[in-house]
Amino acid sequence: MKEILEKIRAEAMEAISSSAQSLEEIRIKYLGKKGELTKVLRGMGALSAEERPVVGALANKVREDVERAIEKKSREMKEASRALALKAEKIDVTVPGERFSVAPRHPLSAVQKQMEDIFIGMGFEIAEGPEVEKSYYNFEALNTPEDHPARDIQDTFYITDDVLLRSQTSPVQIHVMEEKKPPIRVISPGRVYRADEVDATHSPLFHQCEGIVVDKGITMGDLKGTLEAFAKQMFGEGTRLRFRPHHFPFTEPSAEVDISCFVCGGKGCRVCKGEGWIEILGAGMVHPNVLRGCGIDPDVYSGFAFGMGIERIVMAKYNITDMRLLYENDVRFLKQF
Amino acid sequence: MNLSMKWLADFTDVGDVNIKEYCDRMTDTGSKVEGYRDLAEDFSGIVCGKILKIEKHPEADRLVVCAVDIGGGSPIQVVTAATNVFEGALVPVCTDGARLPDGTKIKKGKLRGVLSEGMFCSVSELGLTTHDMPGAVTDGILILQHCGIDSPTLGADMKDVLDMRDSVVEFEITPNRPDCLSVIGLARESAVTFDRELHVPTPKVEPLCDGDDVSNYLKVDIKNPTLCPRYTAKAVKNVRIAPSPLWLRMRLRAAGVRPINNIVDITNYVMLEYGQPMHAFDYSCLDGSHIIVRNAAEGESFKSLDDKEHTLEASMLVIADEKKAVALAGVMGGANSEITDSTNTVIFESANFKGSSIRISGKKLGMRTESSARFEKGLDRENTYAALMRACELVQQLGAGDVVDGIIDEYPGKTEPVKIRLDTERINSFLGVDMSRDFIVKTLEKLEFKVDGDTVSVPSFRADVEQTADIAEEAVRIYGYNKIPSTAFRGAAENGGRKPHQQYELDVRGLLSAMGMYEIETFSFISPSYYDKIGLREDSPLRRSVVIKNPLGEDTSVMRTTALPSMLEVLSYNNSVKNKNVRMYEMATVYLPSDAGELPREPKRLVIGMYDDDNKGAKVFYKLKGYIEALLEYSGISNVTYKSCADAEQYHPGRCAAVMCGEKTLGVFGEIHPAVCENYGFSFPVYCAEMNFDVMTALRSAEKEFHPLPKYPALERDFSFVCDEELETGLISDVIKKAGGKAVEKAELFDIYRSSQIGENKKSVAFAVSLRSHDHTMTDEEADGAVKKIMKALYDEFKIVLRS
Repeated sequence: MKEILEKIRAEAMEAISSSAQSLEEIRIKYLGKKGELTKVLRGMGALSAEERPVVGALANKVREDVERAIEKKSREMKEASRALALKAEKIDVTVPGERFSVAPRHPLSAVQKQMEDIFIGMGFEIAEGPEVEKSYYNFEALNTPEDHPARDIQDTFYITDDVLLRSQTSPVQIHVMEEKKPPIRVISPGRVYRADEVDATHSPLFHQCEGIVVDKGITMGDLKGTLEAFAKQMFGEGTRLRFRPHHFPFTEPSAEVDISCFVCGGKGCRVCKGEGWIEILGAGMVHPNVLRGCGIDPDVYSGFAFGMGIERIVMAKYNITDMRLLYENDVRFLKQF
Repeated sequence: MNLSMKWLADFTDVGDVNIKEYCDRMTDTGSKVEGYRDLAEDFSGIVCGKILKIEKHPEADRLVVCAVDIGGGSPIQVVTAATNVFEGALVPVCTDGARLPDGTKIKKGKLRGVLSEGMFCSVSELGLTTHDMPGAVTDGILILQHCGIDSPTLGADMKDVLDMRDSVVEFEITPNRPDCLSVIGLARESAVTFDRELHVPTPKVEPLCDGDDVSNYLKVDIKNPTLCPRYTAKAVKNVRIAPSPLWLRMRLRAAGVRPINNIVDITNYVMLEYGQPMHAFDYSCLDGSHIIVRNAAEGESFKSLDDKEHTLEASMLVIADEKKAVALAGVMGGANSEITDSTNTVIFESANFKGSSIRISGKKLGMRTESSARFEKGLDRENTYAALMRACELVQQLGAGDVVDGIIDEYPGKTEPVKIRLDTERINSFLGVDMSRDFIVKTLEKLEFKVDGDTVSVPSFRADVEQTADIAEEAVRIYGYNKIPSTAFRGAAENGGRKPHQQYELDVRGLLSAMGMYEIETFSFISPSYYDKIGLREDSPLRRSVVIKNPLGEDTSVMRTTALPSMLEVLSYNNSVKNKNVRMYEMATVYLPSDAGELPREPKRLVIGMYDDDNKGAKVFYKLKGYIEALLEYSGISNVTYKSCADAEQYHPGRCAAVMCGEKTLGVFGEIHPAVCENYGFSFPVYCAEMNFDVMTALRSAEKEFHPLPKYPALERDFSFVCDEELETGLISDVIKKAGGKAVEKAELFDIYRSSQIGENKKSVAFAVSLRSHDHTMTDEEADGAVKKIMKALYDEFKIVLRS
């Protein structure tokens, strides 16, 4: 019987490896209920008591071997056919994807948001105020009375004799100081209006971001520290600041502030017009007359304020040479940011 | 203010400072330099020559060949076509390789076969004018002896011959510092910046001692001392009008002022040097001998020096004689008393006027002069006297006339100097620096403040200094802003950050951008004609705008009450440059007039605009609606309904919807009316939405709450009906939801189908209805019951039945 079992094994193995029949047919033929191995097992009764366990063990071994071989073959065949399928299913990955469009924010509002985030990180709030404003808030409360020469510099749009389009975001400072007592830390970004004809570097409407801090013991050193922290986050860690004395009616001392050119680092290039510096903001210590006018005692409190033109920063940052592009809203322009 | 460095050297010595460093440090201490120019770099290689001999050109009738002595060595040969040259003429000669101010290089070469080793120059080729060089001609070579230069060194550089070796620094002077609109003012700033001495000599006028006195000529009466706090004057007789000397003309030129004649030039020279505008007028033109400083009569006519007629107002100040105005105070002299070549006696006026008055007069008359630009900032009353004496000193120096003894000095407005307590500790703590008291005192003294113990007296020319903060600035600008240590501010803890409505706006912008819409920024002011362009009705309340009194033009003359025209302009622009499938939004403020005395309201509108080149029909409407639905869902605004809106005149009456939340209007959107599309140059439909962003902000639900996920399965039922085309599907789904009650979880339209089989003006609509119970698995019987109720309600309401 051993010989028969060995023969079955040899035949089955041969059949599996030859692939002449399907694996299922082979399984039925050798291992099925009426299969050859089953037949052999049925004839076991004729064996002696000594032979029976030996032949039984062999028969089980043969069954296991054949089963394993079928399984192995089956796996091989599946892998082979999958490999074929994968090969056939190859696609051209360089064909463009199905676009899901995401539009960038307008550069003005994107940069404004970036500024807001930086100042919020330093504990500032955002204050808002009207664009059509009382002359008092735009001028008088900012230490710029009727006959002040500074009123000549800013050619203002008027609605009535005492209502105008704010020429700066600074009136928001006054509203904040009237409503709230120190400590005050706000920025107020927004639109401002000046009677400038439209050209590559002028617009009758533009955006400013104003900031003010009022508290006990605020110093000009704090102004410098705050603006330096802002500039480093906005323009890069290596940014240096230059403060130049200047004049604004509502601050004293006043300064104009330049940043080292973020393109050339101060060596001089096209963006900074060879100067190495880019003027980005005006700042100073809040004028005692302004504090007094808002009911804040300048002998107890002090503060600093600053303001910057957002267009100017956007233009410098992206090397945009014509301001009109910002208001033309050509998609080919907008998608670049 | 253009500063001649040569002129500056009269008062302080900074000659050893490199010009670039000079500019940088002046900027650092508060006198901002806009730029500088080395006049010597204007041209090169041009020397003084003398024409020794002139011969005819052998080949050309119009040319001559000159032998020219340019000092040292043998004469050079110059071929010229100029006709005003002669033997013995002293002329500027471009030598080989010379460069003219316009950049032209001159090389030696042959002219019609004859070697020319150089070129003669005209005044304009040297960058000058006949005003700079009186005696020169415009259409010929500059002949130096015609301009009073008789014995120059031959071969000398023309820059030396013409006294042009100078640098000009251009300063931007802030309006609070009119004292720096002068050479002396800038010399003071230079001296303190570089720690040098400042020498301002007191002008010396030699007395004539002929028994004559100014009082024989003139009496001055100030009628309005508020507007004219001081008036000083002197007379000059036997005036000899002539060109000014070269050095003076070249200084005026460097400052950007055109030389005229000695008397006029002296007034300009003194104005530039002292910052005090002067006026000179012809004494013989006065009616009587009385100068009256008075307000103009309303409607009084006045002809200014530039021959323009003006009608004056009573608020304007004039200098008048007994009969007529001879000058508009501080702005410009009158044509009736102008200095001419035949002027014999001159009155020099050096007065002080109230700044705002000059500013307003000049503005009203459209006149702004070097004089008014200084006066309007408020000048130093103390300065008039020294300036007047300086003018007379120059008259004597130039031999321009005999200065009559005596001075007129009417000074009703004399004031005491401002005094401020010096508190160095407060200054230092305010600035965050540690300047020594010595440094502060020394700096103030260099700036001509007087410090006596703890009291600082402010000089009369510094009207801008009023209190401690001003003193702090004076000290720290010289100390150096950039030396102030940077610190972080300290103080009580405060909540920073965005307020919830600010965060919501930011989130919405982010959402729309992420959905592929471009954010735009447009002007807040528009043309009132835009209201016609968007088809607003004549009686539309939106036509009532906030109007700008002084707009730049009609295009930007009213504040928008709607941001739709701005959006349509931008869409139209993008269409014109062939940008396809555009989607945009703007978070736009609009300006709605309030009752008299109140400021306008400034609500925010979220405007969306889009067009699809490929889908030109109603499909785009539903795309737009999809954006709006997503936006409202994101905002947590529920119970939104869409109502057909036929009365928004900007929109297609059949393709416009109002977005409602209860009674509140969230916005309106739809297809722009074809007539409006046409106005914007579109040949296909454009879709816009105007959302009331403030209403959205108010209705949004910022707080989210978790609802447990369903535990029991839903049963899905699909229904399709045939109904009239007119029936809005929204009504059908409302009825389904209402009739099905709590069992209906969702009722979604999934198909609309039209065909000839269904019939004309009919459509087939299909809904997927999802039924679910939240506390048990819904049985088929329950579901059928709900369906039955739904069918009945649909039949009762619309007489529609399930499609078989």
